[in-house]
Amino acid sequence: MNAPMQIDWFPLWLSLRVAALATLLALPLAIWLAHLLAHRRFRGKALLDMVIHLPLILPATVLAYYLLVLLSQSSPLGRIYESIFGGPLLFTWQAAVLAALIHTTPLLVQASRTAFEGVDTNCERAARSLGASGWRVFWRVSLPLAQRSISAAAVLAFGRALGDFGVTLMIAGNLPGQTQTLPVAIFSAVESGNGAAARGLVLVISGMILGILFLANRLGPRRATG
Amino acid sequence: MIQARIRKKYPAVAERPGFTLEVEFQASQGVTVLYGPGGAGKTLVLDAIAGLVPPDDGRILIDDQILYDRATGINRSPAERRCGYIFANPALIPHMTLRQNLLFAAACRRLPRLERHRQVDEILVRFRLNEAGGRHPREASESERQRCSVARAVIGQPRLLLVDEPSGDAGAALRSELLNLLQDVRAEMGIPILLATRQLDDCFELGEEMLAIDGGRLLQSGPPRSVFEQPVNVGVARLLGCFNLLPVKIETLDPGKNTSRLRLGDEAIAGLYFPGRLRGDLLTLCVRHDQLRAAPAAGKPGPNQIRASLQRVAEGRHTVRLHFAGEIVVEMPRADYGERKHVREWFVEFPQDKLRVL
Repeated sequence: MNAPMQIDWFPLWLSLRVAALATLLALPLAIWLAHLLAHRRFRGKALLDMVIHLPLILPATVLAYYLLVLLSQSSPLGRIYESIFGGPLLFTWQAAVLAALIHTTPLLVQASRTAFEGVDTNCERAARSLGASGWRVFWRVSLPLAQRSISAAAVLAFGRALGDFGVTLMIAGNLPGQTQTLPVAIFSAVESGNGAAARGLVLVISGMILGILFLANRLGPRRATG
Repeated sequence: MIQARIRKKYPAVAERPGFTLEVEFQASQGVTVLYGPGGAGKTLVLDAIAGLVPPDDGRILIDDQILYDRATGINRSPAERRCGYIFANPALIPHMTLRQNLLFAAACRRLPRLERHRQVDEILVRFRLNEAGGRHPREASESERQRCSVARAVIGQPRLLLVDEPSGDAGAALRSELLNLLQDVRAEMGIPILLATRQLDDCFELGEEMLAIDGGRLLQSGPPRSVFEQPVNVGVARLLGCFNLLPVKIETLDPGKNTSRLRLGDEAIAGLYFPGRLRGDLLTLCVRHDQLRAAPAAGKPGPNQIRASLQRVAEGRHTVRLHFAGEIVVEMPRADYGERKHVREWFVEFPQDKLRVL
């Protein structure tokens, strides 16, 4: 019998670790893609834009199904992963990171793109006219100017990564103490009638999300006052 | 010396009409003014020379160095072009102080590290920014921001300075300060300047050469005085905005006496002989507002005077513009007009030697 306050906190730590890692991995990729979409004109831009946004619209089960097929031990990608990391990806906590990535990346791309497009183009033109290389313009002008919005978006993306359920459940599984993230743990607790654990976890995650929203708001672009 | 032939086409997208820039010009040392209304393509010309926008076709040279040549596929990077560019707004980088902005510019110009600090210090003094150097753009005054943007553009001695003049909302004081700065830059640093502006006054104040452009095309080039005296076509005259453009028909032409008679509405006026025109030609009479003379109507109209009723008066600082029926506008000194405020009927005189037809 479970005592009322005996809650396994492992899912919380796992979720925090997964979300942090997913955000860190998504950030450079998203910034690169966003910069590409905001500043370059190239063939297939509309297609790339669509592909990036696909995961936001596709049902989680469909996404997870694709990933299962793509990364199974018999698939080429799965085998490459195994040969590098020495073990399969699916149904490990690393798979949960991948699941979180799938949703955080498009969110981050979207927000970063808006941030880059909001940068005063005259600043970038000025830097280019002085002879700054594309890299220099990016690092010294565009990125610092977009940085506030991007960090706010990263915090939100972290929050979104904490809460991923569908894809995580399907490709990382529900192995307590191994791949059971917070949302999945809540699901299990409710399923098994462990109301106390469910309540505890729900309260914790709600509080964290509130804190994240607050932080994102504070970080977000300052509105002009006066 | 700049030689440029630039063609750039933007196809029509959605509700925006297409735009084609097609200009060819030369500009010598000193200040060349690119004069035209908003949307004429001035900024695009500057961008193409600076290397920010690649043209579709053409050739751009500065002092015999090729910056861009479609035929041979040369397209130098902005760094190799070494043009200074002053934008319509100061466009300083907001998270850097004024000093850091200049240091950044010096670094972009690939000045050696020690040299950067020396030159930045020097230029801060030259542009009276040594006190403001530690401020961020948002903490600096408008004038300091403007001086900093000029300083940033001339650091590292560019071989050409491109200036996109702030539009009307910048305020007269700020604009005249910019013109003074540019004059100093030309005199002390000897950098040729290409200035894009909508202000006719600036052409006279600074320009040794003027390029009138509109709708992506070069309409006329030459010294501002001569463009102003002799616009080559109705487009230029309209652009300059200080001409009467009236439809006339040539009734007689007499090369022997060097005279002509023009029909303007119901009136006939005498002009000089217009070479290359024929009797019966329908043309546009072009005469500057301030070249017409107006006097209160009394008795019979004299030679080349026509009766006109005053519709509206626009008072300026030094002159008054009288708008008459039939789209005739006369500009006269304030003092002359002052005593005749209540006159409605006037005689407008067309001085024979000032009349041109286009």
